[in-house]
Amino acid sequence: MNVIAPENIAYNAYAVIARGHFEHENGGVPLLQVHKLAHHYALPRTQLWEPRPQVTALQDVNLTLRAGQSLGIVGASGSGKSTLARLVMALDVPSSGRVLWAGQDPQQMGAGELRRARRHIQMVFQDPFGALDPRQRIARTVAEPLAAQGDTTRTEQRRRAAEVLEQVGLRAEALDQYPHEFSGGQRQRIAIARALITRPRAIVADEPVSALDVSVQAQVLNLMQQLARDFGVTYLLISHDLAVVNHLCDEVAVLHQGRIVEQGPPAQLFQSPTHPYTRALVAAMPIAPSGVQKPSLPPSENAP
Amino acid sequence: MQLPLLEVTDLRIALATPYGTVDAVRGIDFSLPAGGTLGLIGESGCGKSLTALALMGLLPESASVRGSIRLAGQELVGLDEAALCALRGNRIAMVFQEPMAALNPLHRVGDQVAEPLRIHRGWSRRRARDEARALLERVGIADAARRMDGYPHEFSGGQRQRICIAMALACGPDLLMADEPTTALDTEVQAQILSLLGELVAERGMALLLISHDLAVVAQHTTNMLVMYGGTVVEAGPTQEVFARMAHPYTRGLLAARPVLGSNAGTRAALRPPLPTIAGNVPPLHALPPGCPFAGRCAFTLDACHATPPPAVDLGHGHRVRCIRPEAMAGDAP
Repeated sequence: MNVIAPENIAYNAYAVIARGHFEHENGGVPLLQVHKLAHHYALPRTQLWEPRPQVTALQDVNLTLRAGQSLGIVGASGSGKSTLARLVMALDVPSSGRVLWAGQDPQQMGAGELRRARRHIQMVFQDPFGALDPRQRIARTVAEPLAAQGDTTRTEQRRRAAEVLEQVGLRAEALDQYPHEFSGGQRQRIAIARALITRPRAIVADEPVSALDVSVQAQVLNLMQQLARDFGVTYLLISHDLAVVNHLCDEVAVLHQGRIVEQGPPAQLFQSPTHPYTRALVAAMPIAPSGVQKPSLPPSENAP
Repeated sequence: MQLPLLEVTDLRIALATPYGTVDAVRGIDFSLPAGGTLGLIGESGCGKSLTALALMGLLPESASVRGSIRLAGQELVGLDEAALCALRGNRIAMVFQEPMAALNPLHRVGDQVAEPLRIHRGWSRRRARDEARALLERVGIADAARRMDGYPHEFSGGQRQRICIAMALACGPDLLMADEPTTALDTEVQAQILSLLGELVAERGMALLLISHDLAVVAQHTTNMLVMYGGTVVEAGPTQEVFARMAHPYTRGLLAARPVLGSNAGTRAALRPPLPTIAGNVPPLHALPPGCPFAGRCAFTLDACHATPPPAVDLGHGHRVRCIRPEAMAGDAP
């Protein structure tokens, strides 16, 4: 077992200072802004002489991600959630509208500038089995975003990889192991470590726990929350699971057929949804019977 | 007394692995009356899917099965392949987690729904086709007459799962098994598929074995439930009783680990209390402890827990738990 219990992970003094710093830097420019974003995908031709038909994946989407204010995006499959993630990460060029990283448009950046800017915004994917290269040792996989920055030595990269693995609750021995030696939850921790290694201010997480078992889900959610608290990481969390978003985010946007239909703090949005689609989403959540008392929480040492 | 439709007694499944032979299912007992619904809860590696595969006779060849599985009095363990083929898709049907993997991408969906009727009932193409259309309509495929000539890729995930259900229903099985039927689907579609299964079970008098990792799904859709951990049933009974009492620490841990809507109002997300987790990890099957499989991860562990597997304790109303100190869980949590 390579996992250290989350409560044993050292509280990082540097991070606390850094968190205070993140919230006030840039004169309050948001980490991420999405302005009138639209994206169309072209379908195969149906008529030889006519233009290809288009499907609208996103339309008129406006979002702001402020430091320390994690934002959740909920919606059914096909609602445009993953298209949004790709555009936000500048993996695709939007049909219209703009994405701004701390006020800068990644589409206007040169290749080198874009690579350096990626230091501040990283991504965690849904499937921890598909996200790690089975033929690379963990050290190389985890250090890759840092190596791409090109300003560190191999030794430094390895040291930082060991550091982030420890932060996500894995031991440094993991560095020389391969992905198949780890369970699903451990692999997702490795994927999170890889996102953390450049000390990003924002992490875009697309369904980070939906491939995991219930008890492992809780461990990974606690880890993500702890990273937000200790390192000032802000999430753009994409999920179809309202309860997960409710737990980890300060604000939620409901995406339906490519448009944001409702937005607000999760407690308010899920308790008194106004849009019919949000109401349908809330009504579809399976609910465990209320006859059971939830066990009360044991006091945690690093709880604030 | 009426014979139950399905009676599983002391089912044991051993698998050959690189670590030697491991006991993946270690003596489980349950029964399911005709028309009853039974939920089977557990996490990866607890043996729930192996149990379902054993009922279907679909275990890998390296697996050895002991114990007894009786379907309406007929013993299924040790049946030859021909006899199992006659049962599968006919009296026992199964709906799998991943509908795209369960459907053949090269065959029209109408033909796939009609296939069990042609094989098991020997119906003509035309007759089977008419019945397939009726089944597709029943499971909610709009414009079934036209769409039955489509291929699986032309349907959405939820529609594909409906098609799989139509296929499973074709021969009017006595027992329908659904292994995580909604895990690959959205919450909304999940609700639709589960209520469809519920309606069909009530309408056709089938028994339903619903396998899930989601306690809430089982709570809403079954009358009886089993909680599996490390190849054994750690808690079993009427769903209401189990939820009212939650006598096993693992069952409690599972419920507590789920985030719930409506909690944590007002606090900043980063500062909210963490979710209660179950300490440690599920031990690999080749390294399960000799005593209670949950010993060591459980806050109530005594020395005796490590010694021998705990016996099943009857708590009344058909509620059983494998724990030597159910009274520790009787009151409120620590």
